[in-house]
Amino acid sequence: MMQWETVIGLEVHVQLATQSKIFSGASTAFGSQPNSQACAVDLGLPGVLPVLNEAAVAMAVQFGLAIDAEIPETSVFDRKNYFYPDLPKGYQTSQMYHPIVGPGEVEVALDDGSTKRVRVHHAHLEEDAGKSLHEDYHGMTGIDLNRAGTPLLEIVSEPDMRSAKEAVGYIRAIHAIVTYLGISDGNMAEGSMRCDVNVSVRPKGQEAFGTRAEIKNVNSFRFVEKAIACETQRQIELIEDGGTVIQETRLYDPEADETRSMRTKEEANDYRYFPCPDLLPVVLDRAYVDHLRSSLPELPAEKRARFESELGLSSYDAGVLSSSRPMAEYFEAVKQVCGDAKQAANWVQGELSGQLNREGIDIAESPVTAEQLGGLVKRVIDGTINGKAAKQVFIALWNDEGQTADELIDAKGLKQVTDSGAIEAMIDSVIADSPVQVAQYREAEDDKRGKMIGYFVGQVMKASRGTANPQQVNALLKEKLDQA
Amino acid sequence: MALEHEDVRRAAHLARLSLNDDEAAHYADDIRRILEMVDRLQAVDTQGVAPLAHPLDSTQRLRADEVTEGDERERFQRCAPAVEDGLYLVPRVVE
Repeated sequence: MMQWETVIGLEVHVQLATQSKIFSGASTAFGSQPNSQACAVDLGLPGVLPVLNEAAVAMAVQFGLAIDAEIPETSVFDRKNYFYPDLPKGYQTSQMYHPIVGPGEVEVALDDGSTKRVRVHHAHLEEDAGKSLHEDYHGMTGIDLNRAGTPLLEIVSEPDMRSAKEAVGYIRAIHAIVTYLGISDGNMAEGSMRCDVNVSVRPKGQEAFGTRAEIKNVNSFRFVEKAIACETQRQIELIEDGGTVIQETRLYDPEADETRSMRTKEEANDYRYFPCPDLLPVVLDRAYVDHLRSSLPELPAEKRARFESELGLSSYDAGVLSSSRPMAEYFEAVKQVCGDAKQAANWVQGELSGQLNREGIDIAESPVTAEQLGGLVKRVIDGTINGKAAKQVFIALWNDEGQTADELIDAKGLKQVTDSGAIEAMIDSVIADSPVQVAQYREAEDDKRGKMIGYFVGQVMKASRGTANPQQVNALLKEKLDQA
Repeated sequence: MALEHEDVRRAAHLARLSLNDDEAAHYADDIRRILEMVDRLQAVDTQGVAPLAHPLDSTQRLRADEVTEGDERERFQRCAPAVEDGLYLVPRVVE
């Protein structure tokens, strides 16, 4: 049986979070009335001229700096010529020969806790096209040009990935970097991040690459993984059946879970790139680049490393908590208030994430603030409340029943009872009320008793409305039951 | 550089121009003469000369990221042949 190796390269298109378009002053807001944000420049009307948006340039350079890329002094815009109704000018303004970001590297975290460096070939600025709506308009196609001219950063990787998991890890890393930098909202469902995936296979150990197929427009982490898996399978089966892979563009159909041919190399577009005469070369002076460099925030890979080394978190916890900037900032605020990184990590990933997932809410919109959660965790750590009461307080904070954990602990009388006299009194009354269970317990073998004591613990906790210190209850109960 | 009839046909197709045989032959002749001029330029020794990105010896000015354009859909759509629900309608595009 032949061993195959998958080779993957990715082109990730990231919509930059500017207010206005890359070459015009029209708004980039998502979800507006069709064509209400398509101005004369975006429509490609005669006589208009593009003027480059400084924020788009700054965002591209910030990304370049974040991946340790070379930032060339000069970059040039080119025209990529093709006809399609959602591209009214007849060309897309892009950067073919002198992109704004040169070669760089992205650190990708893998499931086993290790990391892999994936090389970025370059990243360039370009404009997005409009949208074609193929629903029935009396046999015609509807065109919405609101998206036309939205700035895109296209990030082109080297073919450095060897599995679908690595590819997804790479996209997650890009997603984390652009959202940390705040240069994109990274919303894949709204198309803020889109992916073209180049896949080929080769016999393990062979140096030369196989022929690749390009899968266009894969728009979720899950679909990237599935598209690569089924395209790999298709190519291996094709070769093993004596066929050859041809260079072509394919589409992934998530419903059928298969890729389909769109066009082959022979029919491939000939874009006839040439420098755009309407735009002058973009020259970045050192001071400008240095200023952007000095304003970079702490990036996900640095944060992950610091969470592990300084805070002593596991590599898994550090990876999850650094995966997005809102998550990392929330965690760090909780840690700041409660003073314990491990407990903060447990609460953010456990109770909080669980509740956010159930309700489909993003951590940035969490009804429980980091300060509130920190205040709650602090009271667990100092023993004011036990774990069970803490969950009650958490839900109360979530439902906005009070402002702080302390206030709710008082209002609900959840302060942990650690007074052994009070606990003993409750135990005595439970023992007195449960003669049958007590007799059974005392007749049981030692190794059965551990399980049977649960009943009594439950009764005492109930009598204390959950406020008794469970460790104390356990110890005292054992003492009293084993006495006779 | 030799230029075939087929090259002209292909260039015309990419530019969505419809040419008859006479026109194609005419353009082939025109383009051939342009390319002859390019050949003469190719003969110049350009070693050590940086390629020119733009004939103007200047650099791109940048604009501040501000929304300056309002909604003028109604005005723009007055000159469109077909519109509906705010969309421009075009002959059906088959993917």
